[in-house]
Amino acid sequence: MGAYELSLFTVIGINVILALSLNLISGYCGQISLGHAAFYGIGAYAAALAGKAGLPFAACVVLAMVVAGSLGALVGGISLRVRHDFLAITTMGVGFLFLGVVRSSDWLGGELGISQIPAAGFDKPMYLVLVLACAALVAAFSVYIKRSWMGAAFDAIADDEDTAGVLGIDVARNKIVAFAIGTALAGLAGALYAYYTRFIGLDSFGFVTSISVLSMVVIGGIGSVWGVVGATVLLTLMPELFRFINDYKLLVYGGLLFAVMRFAPGGLAALIGGGLTRLRRA
Amino acid sequence: MLYLELLVQGLIQGSLYAMIAVGLTLVYGMLRILHIAHAGLFTLGGYLAVTVMNATGSLGAAALAAMASAALAGMAIYRLAYQPILDKPPFVALVASIGLYIALEEVFRLVFGPYGLAFAQPPLQTPVAALGLSLKAGELAMAATALIAMAGLYAFANHTRLGTAWRATVDEPQIAESFGVNPVRVRYLVFLIGSALAGLAGLFVAVLSNQVEPTMGAVPSYKALAIIVLGGLGDVRGSLVAALALGVVEAFGTIYLGDVLDRDALAFAFMIAVLMLRPQGLLGGR
Repeated sequence: MGAYELSLFTVIGINVILALSLNLISGYCGQISLGHAAFYGIGAYAAALAGKAGLPFAACVVLAMVVAGSLGALVGGISLRVRHDFLAITTMGVGFLFLGVVRSSDWLGGELGISQIPAAGFDKPMYLVLVLACAALVAAFSVYIKRSWMGAAFDAIADDEDTAGVLGIDVARNKIVAFAIGTALAGLAGALYAYYTRFIGLDSFGFVTSISVLSMVVIGGIGSVWGVVGATVLLTLMPELFRFINDYKLLVYGGLLFAVMRFAPGGLAALIGGGLTRLRRA
Repeated sequence: MLYLELLVQGLIQGSLYAMIAVGLTLVYGMLRILHIAHAGLFTLGGYLAVTVMNATGSLGAAALAAMASAALAGMAIYRLAYQPILDKPPFVALVASIGLYIALEEVFRLVFGPYGLAFAQPPLQTPVAALGLSLKAGELAMAATALIAMAGLYAFANHTRLGTAWRATVDEPQIAESFGVNPVRVRYLVFLIGSALAGLAGLFVAVLSNQVEPTMGAVPSYKALAIIVLGGLGDVRGSLVAALALGVVEAFGTIYLGDVLDRDALAFAFMIAVLMLRPQGLLGGR
């Protein structure tokens, strides 16, 4: 495996964690977030600052998850106040607020970003194994949550909040927990990213990132673990596969996003799932 | 004096936001879709205004081109993109719209080049003294146009048969339909009006900054989303108030809070703060 493949697979692993983390919030619990990149960024910045302050790698990762998760729980609190489309736009606002705060704070690196983040202490193949192991753990955790009692509660809230409340599900607590877990995992992805590139800047955590993560979730089939993993791998590879039409890369990306929603709104999971059912019937 | 100047600048900026936000809020009120691709129509208006102005030298022709192109594109987006997915969950239309906007931005970049265009002879640049302040003619024209457009919209909605049909369709689509209103025609009308206004806003931004570029729609459109949420989603009057309020808050905020937050973050901080106090928007009841 060359250096190119190593870094490509590492990025795929990080993106899988990030997409699955949003899937917990938007897919399982039905709370559409347009600002998920902020928590990815919060994790990255927390890990980078802690790392530069001399904390060991593992401690930095845990710290990043705690910081991102606590701020995420706070935003989960917002979701108790505003719902649906209001929430989507509010979370978009949270994303821009994060960018604005970092941009005007010198201790967060401002426009320049944070460079010279210490090494994690692994060589590149080892780091890839670590990232993929984390991604596998997050995927397993997602499946576990989906099958648990809490997953059922999330599902009920996604379907119809008011009915879920009437059935005795603690809607407020479950929503905040979904946000806390999802954003903590985004923090994990951020920390892994910071230690992988060893330089972080605002460009990686903007609205475009939030949108692409949401695209991975929605194109995969919102709520489906393997659908989201598949779509993430596909969408991360796509710019590489379309390198030969470099100029039209984004056009194809935007067009694909639109086409999937227009013609297969259930995403890959529904598309392939439906195809299999039809095959079995035939 | 500084206060007055900030207030006037804020209101002028707010009138631009209002022109963009009206289309968004009309579409949301009717279809419950967050119409991100609206920003692409704004950019389209800007580009065609510059192109036609440079070719013909007539500002009127430029305005007509900007409005007509945006209106046509808006109606095409409704027909080809939104109509088939109206019965799907809301995030489907949202993501489709985002995809469409990304694709539109790329089309502008590929067709008109990545560096943007400028007027050969920028119109409406003469300074005008008013209220003891010096303003550009373009700024006054923009505020006046916004005012006329909103007044016209109000008169149309309240004093014509079509306007009544439109309001009825927003309030009670099924009952309106059983009274013989064709909901599809009303939706085309909404996209026609809203998109034409966005195209016109594109022209004014092109005039005021003498520059159009593929990404010029991004920031105004994010802010327009904040505005329609502040206005209570789908509430036209609320959106107008929110647009002007946001313009003024930004004008004052960049002076007094510029060290803590930049202009864009300020707009969203304001939005989040208001929503925490009034989750139904500025003017909403309940």
